[in-house]
Amino acid sequence: MARVLVGVKRVIDYAVKIRVKPDKSGVVTDGVKHSMNPFDEIAVEEAVRMKEKKLASEVIAVSCGPAQSQETLRTALAMGADRAIHIEVAGAEYETMQPIHVAKILAKLSKDEKADIVIVGKQAIDDDSNQTAQMTAALLDWPQGTFASKVEKTDSGLTITREIDGGLETIKTKIPAVISADLRLNEPRYATLPNIMKAKKKPLKKMTAKDLGVDLTSRIKIISVEDPPVRQAGSIVPDVDTLIAKLKEGGHI
Amino acid sequence: MFSPCSRHLFLSTQLRRLQSTLVVAEHNNEGLLPVTQNILSAAKKIGGDVSVLVAGTKCGPAAEQISKASGVSKVLVAESDVFKGFTAETLTPLILATQKQFSFTHILAPATAFGKAVLPRVAAKLDVSPITDIIGVKDANTFVRTIYAGNAILTLEAKDSIKVITVRGTAFAPEPLEGGSAAVEKAPEGDYKTDLMEWISQELTKSDRPELTSAKNIVSGGRGLKSGENFKLLYDLADKLNAAVGASRAAVDAGFVPNDLQIGQTGKIVAPDLYIAVGISGAIQHLAGMKDSKTIVAINKDPEAPIFQVADHGLVADLFKAVPELTSKL
Repeated sequence: MARVLVGVKRVIDYAVKIRVKPDKSGVVTDGVKHSMNPFDEIAVEEAVRMKEKKLASEVIAVSCGPAQSQETLRTALAMGADRAIHIEVAGAEYETMQPIHVAKILAKLSKDEKADIVIVGKQAIDDDSNQTAQMTAALLDWPQGTFASKVEKTDSGLTITREIDGGLETIKTKIPAVISADLRLNEPRYATLPNIMKAKKKPLKKMTAKDLGVDLTSRIKIISVEDPPVRQAGSIVPDVDTLIAKLKEGGHI
Repeated sequence: MFSPCSRHLFLSTQLRRLQSTLVVAEHNNEGLLPVTQNILSAAKKIGGDVSVLVAGTKCGPAAEQISKASGVSKVLVAESDVFKGFTAETLTPLILATQKQFSFTHILAPATAFGKAVLPRVAAKLDVSPITDIIGVKDANTFVRTIYAGNAILTLEAKDSIKVITVRGTAFAPEPLEGGSAAVEKAPEGDYKTDLMEWISQELTKSDRPELTSAKNIVSGGRGLKSGENFKLLYDLADKLNAAVGASRAAVDAGFVPNDLQIGQTGKIVAPDLYIAVGISGAIQHLAGMKDSKTIVAINKDPEAPIFQVADHGLVADLFKAVPELTSKL
């Protein structure tokens, strides 16, 4: 049976309208509602389902970030993960932390914890990078099943349906493998109150990148973070005829 | 002898001249996908020498097309059955071998499902931090991209010596496939087979309509359509406008249309001349995929829908009346 490592990130909640800092150094995060990256919830759900189907023996949730990342890990534990590892990264180091750093951490932990399957979300909704799964797979020399909308265990490995630009494609991978979850992989469950209480007793180990021998030296310099250009206010047209007239005026028809 | 100052200048011009970019072409074995032309234009913005890699089971048509683009110095071709399905596991060692031979400063691919799957794998092998979905090139090391679903614009300087980048096609004008005559050469040979995975099959959504990400006009539907059958209203309108049809996540999740039609932060990013949003409220995640459209039209019965805040022309009406009327009057 497989041991599954699942990566989760604490991000600003998807419904929050973000604000850029006046000094253009980033976006305002203090006092803003955070939650688990939606794609990571799907990743956790898939890992827990693997365990429920007796395909996985243990689900280990990992998060890299400031102290509050532990709340995100507790959520993963409440959803059904068995234990958690928090890699504490804070301050300036966290500001410039990139998927390459996370991938190195996940790759090292996969080896240390003897994981067979790594599942992460296909992208974090804050930096929108869409890189971590691919990079983790590369570092481990494992196959990658990115943008997965269906994962099935077969005798020799996994059959994965991937969401691609023109439709869907199916691949078969060996195990060990890295999977990135797309939106349609599953419907994540809500953690129930008893499970949230139980999650408080589950083991959560704290480590640093240094413990794993991963160098967090910044690979990028943030020059600026700015608001996108604001669209000029439009107008409401009274009827279809006016709309057609406007489209003609604009040369669209 | 050079003074320290002029020596520095000399070195920096040398470096600029030595800038060289590899564009990983996206094609389907029958021809180049148009997005590759947009990526070429980003490569030319970076400056220096531009090479293009065409890998697949049949590369002839795509290689011939791209070799005609001006500003391409060489086209490297890797044709083999191992590249079936354009998998990251087989293309990564090929790109690494190509990189080893030519030492590019930049490696570019489109920020499509293809480019996003392959390039981060390459970057990890090169121990560099890739840059996803750029919308601007400031200079050879400085790039612009969006974060937080397009609600903030990040300008960053890459410190790594090799820049591995995926490019948002709609942010760069397509380079015409004319005026050039690049040499077509064989890419470095090697054993690119993988036993890690096997590509099995593809199920592509068939459509006679223009391809979503390069269409001039798009008609898009959301939850307001209520059913898959009702999407026929949009197909009829799209036919009149020679438009592609897209959808919001709500419409995809409800099973009205297949997921490859999804426009938004996690679907496709489009920027057509005309975007008609029908029965779409305009959540942050949807706006991320379409707010760079030149003209946005919204048809929605809820005057409070956020889509009206970005729409150039809004029509507060029942789509089941307004859309057929619009179609019949066009």
